[in-house]
Amino acid sequence: MTKDGRDLSRRRLLLGGAALGAGALLTACTSNEAAPQTAQTMGANEGNPNSSPGQRVVIGFSAPAADHGWMAAIINNARAQAAAYSDVELKVVEAGADAAAQRAGVDTLIAEKPNVLVMLPHDGAELTASGIKAMQAGIPVINLDRAFNQALAYRTLIKGDNYGMGVSAGNYVIAQMRAKGVTSPVIAEIAGIDSLPLTQERSAGFRDTLTAAGLQIANRRAAEFTADSGQREAANLLQALPKIDALWNHDDDQGIGVLAAISQANRSELIMVGGAGSKAAIEAIQADSGVLKATVTYSPSMASSAISLARLIGQNKGMGDLVELQVPKEITLASETITKENASNYISLGF
Amino acid sequence: MTTSEKETAAATPGQVGKAAPPAGPQHGSGGPAKESWWKSDATENARRNLGLVGVLVALVVIGIATRPDLYSDPTWVKNNIFTILQQASAIGVVTVGMTFVIIGGGIDLSVGAIMALAGVWATTVATQSFGAGGMIFTALAVGLGVGLVNGVLISYGRLVPFIATLAMMVAARGLAAEISDKQTQVSTSSVINGIATQRILGIPLLVIILALVVAAGWVLLNRTTFGRRTVAVGGNSEAARLAGINVKWHTLLLYGLSGLCCGIAAIMLMAQANSAQAAMANLYELDAIAAAIIGGTLLSGGRGTIMGALFGVLVFSTITNLFAINGLSTESQNMIKGAIIVAAVLIQEFRFKSVSQLFTRNKGATA
Repeated sequence: MTKDGRDLSRRRLLLGGAALGAGALLTACTSNEAAPQTAQTMGANEGNPNSSPGQRVVIGFSAPAADHGWMAAIINNARAQAAAYSDVELKVVEAGADAAAQRAGVDTLIAEKPNVLVMLPHDGAELTASGIKAMQAGIPVINLDRAFNQALAYRTLIKGDNYGMGVSAGNYVIAQMRAKGVTSPVIAEIAGIDSLPLTQERSAGFRDTLTAAGLQIANRRAAEFTADSGQREAANLLQALPKIDALWNHDDDQGIGVLAAISQANRSELIMVGGAGSKAAIEAIQADSGVLKATVTYSPSMASSAISLARLIGQNKGMGDLVELQVPKEITLASETITKENASNYISLGF
Repeated sequence: MTTSEKETAAATPGQVGKAAPPAGPQHGSGGPAKESWWKSDATENARRNLGLVGVLVALVVIGIATRPDLYSDPTWVKNNIFTILQQASAIGVVTVGMTFVIIGGGIDLSVGAIMALAGVWATTVATQSFGAGGMIFTALAVGLGVGLVNGVLISYGRLVPFIATLAMMVAARGLAAEISDKQTQVSTSSVINGIATQRILGIPLLVIILALVVAAGWVLLNRTTFGRRTVAVGGNSEAARLAGINVKWHTLLLYGLSGLCCGIAAIMLMAQANSAQAAMANLYELDAIAAAIIGGTLLSGGRGTIMGALFGVLVFSTITNLFAINGLSTESQNMIKGAIIVAAVLIQEFRFKSVSQLFTRNKGATA
């Protein structure tokens, strides 16, 4: 019994030591070297009179703390675009964790009286009052991506286009099928989280575009914006359709799993279109190494453009090519289609 | 040596604590003579599993009836079977661990979160620099480690399993998000990614891993002291303690086992998706619990089978496949899944037993 007990304690000591060692080794394994961030900016342009330095503009900027790659790119782009102008000073106020924190931050910004305020709200409806407050204080507000629910709250709204993503994907698929001479193509769709309005808008755009061209979606699965859910839905979708001509996947991160499933099933007869425009996806499109032939953007470059619009408004200028002397009230970005041909133009825009 | 003999001997009354001879997993050597062979407790588990096989067959028949064009191609059928099994592989491994925890009288709500943490930790730039071996070691160590933390909190910290693992579910996903910076981490290891494509004698490696884990789980539950103690602890932990079983230590091991299964499953899912992220394996805890329960594992502990759990997982995987090949929406699929959970349990309870037997069984099991 005593011998057993001693053996046991020695064994436990060894186990404990091994556990400690493993723990120490593991904690060393959590580091992720930061990927170098390239920003999406518009540099000085000789031919554009607007780009020559003008009156000094102080721009206040408020956006939620980065919790995913897209948001990190938004903040990065805003800073870089402001730095590209010699006549712009950017004051960034961290919006904190929620709408209440962002409201407080915006109040601080308003008190500092910037010339223009750029705001990407945590929630459009909850920050509408802050937008109105700034406008009342005589500070034009650029509302970025998540729209306030009253037009009174912003001078200019610039946002991405989820419906347009579906339209762009649909148009690309239609063009490719016509080019290949496929008359009744088998088209499939892997959506993101189905309960989100953005997913429904993307799917509606895709469906409407195909319907208008007399085509239909043979099978549609909803994943969860994660790679493993993408793999799961794609694996089953590929079984459902032994031959696919075109597949639209809503999100490039989810697409990592979708592409994995396609290669695991040894399928190569289809063309795939992605969504959002991640760096990895654009690189794959440029290399033309697999089934991924295009991706439709929802680009964080809109933050750079928001800073440029803020500067124009601050300097009381219009947009060069338009007749109007002022910046328009609303701008919805076109969802652009990145293909092998133009991928080199977009590679720096990937996030 | 003497201790363990004593335990084994004492475990028998402990695990019975209910109706007649050992109703526990397939080790019963025959029921009372007055009952027919078919109704004896010894074959009860087989009958339960037969019910699930019936559901599986029904699902396949529906598949054949709705898509005869696909089912007429033997190559497609083979691929489809492998697809269903591969999609069941990671969740199947998790369910084996979950079944042990539930038989032992506990619950583990943190399995999905442990998988995410193990997967994310194994795919950091630093870990990937150690190669596939480093990644596998990390995933297993993180899974086992987090499982043991659960075990310590529950057995020595006296936390209710539901609360302890709920807290771990939130915390582990949080840590995973922290480590990954909410990004999807791509696995560049061809060895890891190859786990999803490798075939041995024509059988996908993922399916072989699932088979090995299920076989190991079956042996552990039905042929070892550890398994008998698990049933004893879950059936009546006080009786088990009086019989000389170190209930706390055993509970700790059960959660460690569940965590280790999560580590294995994380590697499998990581291989399939070529990546890991903090949101991966979403809601796996519910699928694993549901599969164990429809497989005949008693939620209050003390009874359950590994094979039943496997069939439970296969039923879910087949439903997903059936809905996909018919192009039906995910919402309707979830509705049917819920209905099948209820139906499977009801059928199992009423088809083979009278209501009075049901009553005595439940009374015995919760005593």
